Amino acid sequence: MRELSLNVLDIAQNSIAARASLIQIEVLERTAEHTLTVGIYDNGCGMTEEQVQSVLDPFYTTRTTRKVGMGVPLFKMAAEQTGGHLTVSSKVGIGTNIKAVFHTDSVDFTPLGDMASTVTTLVSMNPEIQFLYRHKADGKEFVFDTAEIREILGDVPLSEHAVMQWMREFIEENTKTLYGGVTE
Amino acid sequence: MKTLEELMAIRENAKKKMTVREDTGDDNIRIVVGMATCGIAAGARPVLNAFVDEIAKRDLKGVTVSQTGCIGMCQYEPIVEVLEPGKEKVTYVKMTAEKAVKVVNDHIVNGNPIVDFTVGAATK
Repeated sequence: MRELSLNVLDIAQNSIAARASLIQIEVLERTAEHTLTVGIYDNGCGMTEEQVQSVLDPFYTTRTTRKVGMGVPLFKMAAEQTGGHLTVSSKVGIGTNIKAVFHTDSVDFTPLGDMASTVTTLVSMNPEIQFLYRHKADGKEFVFDTAEIREILGDVPLSEHAVMQWMREFIEENTKTLYGGVTE
Repeated sequence: MKTLEELMAIRENAKKKMTVREDTGDDNIRIVVGMATCGIAAGARPVLNAFVDEIAKRDLKGVTVSQTGCIGMCQYEPIVEVLEPGKEKVTYVKMTAEKAVKVVNDHIVNGNPIVDFTVGAATK
């Protein structure tokens, strides 16, 4: 994957397949420590201890559990090649948490990339799921909650093009602000 | 800077449009983009966005874009299927954002599938 945001898009498909009604995506950057933490947390069907072990194995793929395959191993590799790590914790009936820690000062660090596009794609393709996106950088935080957006929109669908465009730009601009970008 | 107030204005505009627009459901053209690990890694996200943008730009009615999992020919990703009621399914392979715009123009609008982009042409 060329950007971590594509890994996030991919990992979130597992949450969708697990029939989650709430998917939380969290990006946490600590520049002083040179770390970036990316988490995908869902309230889907969850996995057994055995399944948790097998999602880390790229060669574990059976037709019925198609949602597992290269997705998690690739994300894990992206973290480990920077000296970071990935953890999976899950409980049947409760949900699954996937968290990856990256060292941003490693030459093998893959840039985060276009998170606005990832979140917008997820939201518009899965309007029935609530997405909660948080991006924190050195104490500053941006929170994007589709429950709030849906309340404003009323009957207008989240997949409406003008809404998608607004979402993409809203997330982009607010993310820039986190890093001290120009807000005008 | 984008604001929530702007979103309210978008809602009002969209509501006006919605009263005119009647999506006819059954005779919709469906564009399905493969968005499994293989598709995403090969560049499915910009392809999906290009379809959505182009359809909005042309204000096409009765066309829906959706995503699916692995279509099964990972080496040909990004794969896009166009499903038209009463017609044979067309499978486009190795898609790009540029090709997506052309598919909307030639196939969706003018009804001429682009044979060169299909799986049939790629596997010959």
